[in-house]
Order: sequence, then C-alpha cells, then structure tokens
Amino acid sequence: MTTIRELSHREDLLEGGHRLCAGCGASIAVRQVMLGAGGTPVVVGCATGCLEVSTTIYPYSSWKTPFIHNAFENAAATVSGVESAFKGLQRAGKIPADKKAKFIAFGGDGGTYDIGLQSLSGAMERGHDMVYVCYDNGAYMNTGIQRSSATPMGAWATTSEVGSVGQGKPQRRKDLTSIMAAHNIPYVAQASISDWKDLTSKAEKAFAVEGPAFINVFAPCPRGWRIPYDSTVEIAKSAVTSAFWPLFEVVDGEWIYTKRSVTRENRKPIEEFLKPQGRFKHLFKPGNEALLAQVQTEVDRNFDHILKRCGL
Amino acid sequence: MPTQKTLAVTGNTLVAEAIRQCSPDVIPAYPITPQTTVVEELAKFVANGRMHAEYVNVESEHSAMSAAVGASAAGARVATATSSQGLALMWEELHIAAGLRLPIVMFNANRALAAPINIHCDHSDVMGARDTGWIILFAETAQEAYDNTIMSFRIAEHPEVLLPVMTTADGFITTHSIDRAQIMDDETVAAFVGDYEPENALLDFGKPVTHGSFAGLGGPYFEFKNSQRMAIERARDVVKSVGAEWSAITGRPFGMVETWGMEDAETAIVVIGSTAGNARHVARGLRAEGKKVGVVKVRCFRPFPYAELAAALKGVKAVAVMDRSESFGAEGGPLFLEVRSALYDLDERIPVVDYIYGLGGADVKIELIDRVFADLSDIASGTAAPSGLVYLGAR
Repeated sequence: MTTIRELSHREDLLEGGHRLCAGCGASIAVRQVMLGAGGTPVVVGCATGCLEVSTTIYPYSSWKTPFIHNAFENAAATVSGVESAFKGLQRAGKIPADKKAKFIAFGGDGGTYDIGLQSLSGAMERGHDMVYVCYDNGAYMNTGIQRSSATPMGAWATTSEVGSVGQGKPQRRKDLTSIMAAHNIPYVAQASISDWKDLTSKAEKAFAVEGPAFINVFAPCPRGWRIPYDSTVEIAKSAVTSAFWPLFEVVDGEWIYTKRSVTRENRKPIEEFLKPQGRFKHLFKPGNEALLAQVQTEVDRNFDHILKRCGL
Repeated sequence: MPTQKTLAVTGNTLVAEAIRQCSPDVIPAYPITPQTTVVEELAKFVANGRMHAEYVNVESEHSAMSAAVGASAAGARVATATSSQGLALMWEELHIAAGLRLPIVMFNANRALAAPINIHCDHSDVMGARDTGWIILFAETAQEAYDNTIMSFRIAEHPEVLLPVMTTADGFITTHSIDRAQIMDDETVAAFVGDYEPENALLDFGKPVTHGSFAGLGGPYFEFKNSQRMAIERARDVVKSVGAEWSAITGRPFGMVETWGMEDAETAIVVIGSTAGNARHVARGLRAEGKKVGVVKVRCFRPFPYAELAAALKGVKAVAVMDRSESFGAEGGPLFLEVRSALYDLDERIPVVDYIYGLGGADVKIELIDRVFADLSDIASGTAAPSGLVYLGAR
C-alpha cells in the first residue's frame, strides 16, 4: 500500500471546477480510485450519469487524462473497445510493445446494476485488462432519484413512493458484487468512500492484476438521500459500521473481509444508518416497526452471508 | 502492378477478404444470420495469424458498436458486420458513431425485420438506419460488395469526411450465392487504402482529449449537427473520387448511380441491390423488341445522389421505383420518397409509381418486372393513370 505522503504528491486526474453537487460521493470515489493508478497513463470511460454530465460540459472538461463517454448502458463495452484498440495497435507496431496503460470505466448503480449489466458481464467474461468501478448511490440520481435495483429495501425514491399504500421500495437490493465475483475474474472488491485508504488500496490491486477487475464503491448522494451536504462521509461510515455495506475483496476467488473491526457482535443497529436520511423517514413512523425490523433482518442476513464466504 | 484473380465465391467470403485486406486493428463481432460467415471467416484469419486485428467476441450487437466506438475513438481502424435485428439493436450507437465522427466500417447483410421473424432479404434494416448519419452503400453483386467494402475505408477515413460507412449486400441472394468475381492482390489494396492517421486519438496520452462531451447547454449541439451535415455533403465528392480511383485500378466502373439504357429511355425502373440484375434482364428483352426502357441503380443511398438521379431520369415519360422496404404511412417506400424529391426540380412532371416488392425474401420473379414495365408503358402512352403504391405480386 502506498503511503499517504506518496499519495499526496500524485496528481488528481479529475480537476476541480466540475459541476457535481457539494458533498457528492462520486467525485471522492473517482479521486481515490484514480490515485491507485500510480502514474501509469489511464483512459477513463464513463456511463451517462451525474459524473459524466457534470465533468464534461462542452467546451470544458475536468479530465486531465483521455476520457470517453459513449452512452448509458455501455461504459464497459466502450472501454473494452479502447483496450482492444491498444492491443491491436501494439500488434500493428503503432504503439510500442512495452508501453503500459490502464483502462477504467465508471458507472453509477443505474448504469451498472441495471441497464449496463449485460455490457459489464460481457466485458468481464472476455477478460479485458480493465477496471470497472461502480459508484453506488442507490438510485437514478441524474434523472431525479428514481429507484434502481441497488436502491435499499424500504427506501423512498420518486418511482418507489411513500403513500397510503406504498412504503418505499419493497424489494431487496441486487447483490451485484457477488454477481461480479461469480464471473471468476482476478479481482472484485466492495469499498466505501468513507474508508478512503482501503478504497485506494483496492484500486491499486485492481489496477495491478492482469485482466478484469471490478470495484463497487459506496458513494452517498446528499440530494437523493435527503441528507446535509456535509454529512456524506459520515453516512458512508455508518453504512460500513452498521454492516449495511460490508467491505471485502475477492482475490482469485478467495473471499477476504477487509473491515475486521466490524463484527456480527458489534455492528451498529441499522437505525444509525437510516435515521439521518430523509429517504427512510417513513420507516420510523408508528405502524412501520415491522418494516424496519425486516430491513435489519435483511442487513444481518447479507452480512452473515458475506462473513461466511470469508470463512468468518 | 495490380493483379486480380477471378474466383467463384460468395459475397460474404469476398467481404471478409476485403476486410482482411484493409487490415483493421479491431473487429468487434457478434453473429447473426446471414452475416455469420463474414465474422467466421474473419475469426479464421485472426486465428491463422493472417490479420493483426484484436477480435472482440462481444455479447450483443449493441456492445459490438459500443466497442467499435471505443476502439475507433482510441485511434484504431475498426470493422464489424451485422444484419437485421442486430442493426436495429445498434440503433442508438449508430447515431453516436456518426455524431462522434468515427470512421467505422460496417458490413450489413440486408435482411427483413421482425415481426413476423424472417431471415431473408429486404432493405428494412438498412433503411431504418438511413437517418443515423452513416454513409450507406448498396451492392448488386458479390463483386460490388467487395469493391464497396474496400472503398468504404477510404471514404470513412477521408479527413474531409470522418463518418462511419455501412457497406451492404442483399442477404442470402448476394451474401450466400456463389458468384464470379475478381479479387485484387493484397499489396494493391493495402496501398490503395493506406494507413489510418487518427486525429484526437484517446491513446495519444501526450494530448488528452475528452470524447462524448455533454453539449446540452447553450446550443453547441446544433452546431455539431450542422458540421455533421456539412461532412456528409462533402462525402459526395469523396465517394465519387474514391470510386474513380478504385475504378482506374480495377477496370470496373463505379458511380453513385449506375444507368442502363437511359440515353433514350422512355420508361425506367429505379432499383437498389440485387434486383437490378433482374430489371436489366427484362429490360434487355424489351429493348430487343424495340421498346425504349432503362434501368437506374442506386449504389450510394447516403448521401443520396439527387442531381445524378434527376439527370438520369430527365425526359423519361414514366418512372417505377422498386422499394424493398416499407415506410408505413408514407406515400411510398424510402427510395420512392427520395426519387420523387430528386425529380421535383425538373421542369416536366414525371409520373412516378412505387412498387413495394420482395419483403422478407419474397421471390422477385421475372413476370413481376415484366408487369412493372407493362404498367409504365401504359402510363407513358396515356392508356392508364399512374397507380399509387403497389404491393408487387401480393396475393
């Protein structure tokens, strides 16, 4: 793991002055991941979404490295094309055979869990030497907080409304990180912007492997979660300590839990994560006790499942 | 010294040969009938070390074109092939490839669109892509499919153009029938096509560029579209000059529009693709009877050769347009709409009739073409009024 002192000297490839909201978790995720590239040239691809829209408003660009946005569902396929071009051009003798480069795709949870899942699965199966990073904020934030398959159970979203009948999203989240692990690719990880050293360390490992790697990064959205702009990191932290978002990695098929300080016994109650967020406020109304308990049960079931896979 | 070999081959085999000879760096490929033998041949070339291309076995046509966009933006020469539902699935990406001004070359085996599902020839797939910003070429024969494919790389990568090119041939009829054709030697093709020198390549790390910006504020989108329009207009001259250059090497003529018997024709059929042969066959017979008939074949559909078509049809008494695709609810098929528009600026008003034919591979029998010329003769002589749209041979 690179030291903080070393990291502090690395250039940020995403320049400030972009138009992401104050407190946006996505830009923190991008910075910490990009620091992991460690000076090797990087091509960035990005799915349509907040990150893309806010950083590339023509004629400006916040990217100090080659960048491509194609469409919503195909960041993985697009970057697989860039990586293939690198190989093809090396074989043609147009790029030196010893030249090294990294290829990275960013997508939100909508562009990754939902519409981009096929493209992502295909690119990972083909074994491209690329890193796919999902910044998971649990809804279609760019279009206005619509529910995705990453939206937590019970959460309000503009398409999983709270009313006299509806109480937010009734379904469980899709476990995308496990789906990616099932692709038997060299490196898969789940990380959070709150644990930024862990995130950068995982990014370094992802960049280091030959072949595909996937990192799912928990990245709160103050606007969509109805939280103050200065609480992004704290909320992300409570997602980890409550075991809503366990941190782990899967290295060549071996599951490793990377947040040993959070255990089955000492994990915080899920209320600590839910209560500060406006999108869960209905869960705390009288009559919704059972729903709240169901959310806790679901979190514990998921955490237990991951720990068991990690041999704990 | 250019050396040509005469072969008995299918259209798909020749298209694959043409792509091999043009040395793309990346081939994203997904199989679909009747394109499959093209991507199979290319996979063999790669497996046998006869091509340096990175062959990407994408999981869908949408990803095929997405990877093509990424690879082309990266600075690679990119070729792929598709058909029908596959082309339809690419629709979003076709616009993006053109909008990003990426010189991707794609072969399409022209095939009907579902429903009902059908694997045989018509032009519904390509015509559905006619407003995507791609340059679109049609072939009548395996030879033309070969020639068009080679020319496509030159046209697409021309600095005045920088647009993707769709080079097409009729599914099964041209892609799978064995035809006599000439293949040029590898060196001559390589010299003709040349090296691709990309501008603004992603892989030029010394000059980082952003591709695919958000142009939704303050109107730059409109300016981009205007520059795209200017590029495809400039492509008219490039298509002609590249065609002339290839023609000089091969001895085979090329025009955006090709005419037969139009010097003194009184009636004419305008047609695209493999049916042009049937039309000429019937016209030859009628000429032998002393009837002044002609055939106009459109080889380049985008940009559409309005001036060439008007010049070819000027003075004709009646015109039949043969459309192998529909534009439901319009006055006629896509070709009809273009042809009638091309004739608008002429002083005389020429009656134009649209014949929808051969959808889903429905047989294009000689009797059907006979009937079209007979109708034209009646209209030209004033014994019949021009009918509207006709489903030729429909029960």
